[in-house]
Amino acid sequence: MAPLVPSQEELDRRRLVDINPETVSNIPSTDFPGHWPGESHEWSLEKFKNDLKIEFHRNERFEASFSLIGVDASIANAFRRILMAEVPSIAIEFVFVHNNTSVIQDEVLAQRLGLIPLKGSVEGINWMRWFKKPTEDDPEGSNPADYNTIVLRLDVECTKNPDADPQEEDPRKLYKNAHVYAKDLTFHPVGRQDQFFVGMDTIQPVNPDILIAKLRPGQAIEMELHCIKGIGADHAKFSPVATASYRLLPDIKILRPIIGEDAKKFAKCFPSGVIGLEPVTREEAAQKGSGYEGHEGEQKAVVVDPFKDTVSRECLRHEEFQGKVKLGRMRDHFIFNIESVGQFESDSLFLESVKVLKLKCARWKRGLTDLMR
Amino acid sequence: MSREQYQVPNMGGQNAFSGDGMGAGAGSLDGPVVAYLCGECNSRVSLKRGDQIRCKECGHRVLYKERTKRMVQFEAR
Repeated sequence: MAPLVPSQEELDRRRLVDINPETVSNIPSTDFPGHWPGESHEWSLEKFKNDLKIEFHRNERFEASFSLIGVDASIANAFRRILMAEVPSIAIEFVFVHNNTSVIQDEVLAQRLGLIPLKGSVEGINWMRWFKKPTEDDPEGSNPADYNTIVLRLDVECTKNPDADPQEEDPRKLYKNAHVYAKDLTFHPVGRQDQFFVGMDTIQPVNPDILIAKLRPGQAIEMELHCIKGIGADHAKFSPVATASYRLLPDIKILRPIIGEDAKKFAKCFPSGVIGLEPVTREEAAQKGSGYEGHEGEQKAVVVDPFKDTVSRECLRHEEFQGKVKLGRMRDHFIFNIESVGQFESDSLFLESVKVLKLKCARWKRGLTDLMR
Repeated sequence: MSREQYQVPNMGGQNAFSGDGMGAGAGSLDGPVVAYLCGECNSRVSLKRGDQIRCKECGHRVLYKERTKRMVQFEAR
């Protein structure tokens, strides 16, 4: 028996998560085999290929926004979580303090330094391998080498500025190196690192003006910093994204006409640009039972751009719109927003997360075949 | 200095805290010379056992020990 095919109307209804005044309903997806009697929801690559869509809204160097349409929430969420916790990046991990006479304590300074976002040749960063820390099972760990450790140094000493005006009160002018900034970090390539990290591609802080410490004459900081590759699951400093989030595309349906003053009030319930006002046409007014009879030329509310909506549900609070509007969200339309901290470009980060998920799947598959043997 | 080499100092009147400005006689006992920093004028003050605790430049009575010259390792987390 051929499987039942639901109507397009029914399919559209199933795509929506309903948003009610107090609750959210129809949340889980149902497009899997065995849920709807008689219907086939067999996964097919062909169907997936046809349904999958990606549309970019913004693509700046460090901030990208795009729609990922046609995947299940589990997949979209996996990408989001991988972006934050499992895409590798470089950060300061070991701090060797030779001298620190500043008021800020060694351990506090070390922690601050770890959080400074670094950038450098992407090719070089991808070439780098993991630095294995000694564990109980492997007390050896790995030794620092050019392919797993990047050496930075911070050598600053504060001195009095002899040229300063005696009336001067600003310590930055009164002394030299009164403020230590991220730009004072210097990169010292070892081995093959000078092939990758040259010119503009040297390892350097993304934001050169991060204040690290404040000094007074006679105080000095001298330290060596070792950067390694790590993942956000280990420590947030390794996370390559500032934010990686998604929201579902809002859906607004006007079920019965909203005309005149009500239309203006309705538009005010939403952020600007979501609801527009259009005059009722002669044809609409002529149509019996449409609700527009006798309202020709008056303003009616129309949905212009649900993308801009914040789904505040304000319209559901007013009595005059009761039963006239239906709010929802598209279950399989994910509007991603990815903001890079600066080590990688924001659009390549998503591709990295896809790569990580693929590797995880390959490992899982290998595990399954091992299980069968 | 290892633990074994350490000897409990003889407190018989040679204690720096009991001196009350009277360092006389203490100089005869040769102890290691330690550099301190004045809490007021930041100048280096070398003291040995029994010396009066006082900055030679400004007479300030608060001295600080210098930071260790040894490398200290931290994890940046």
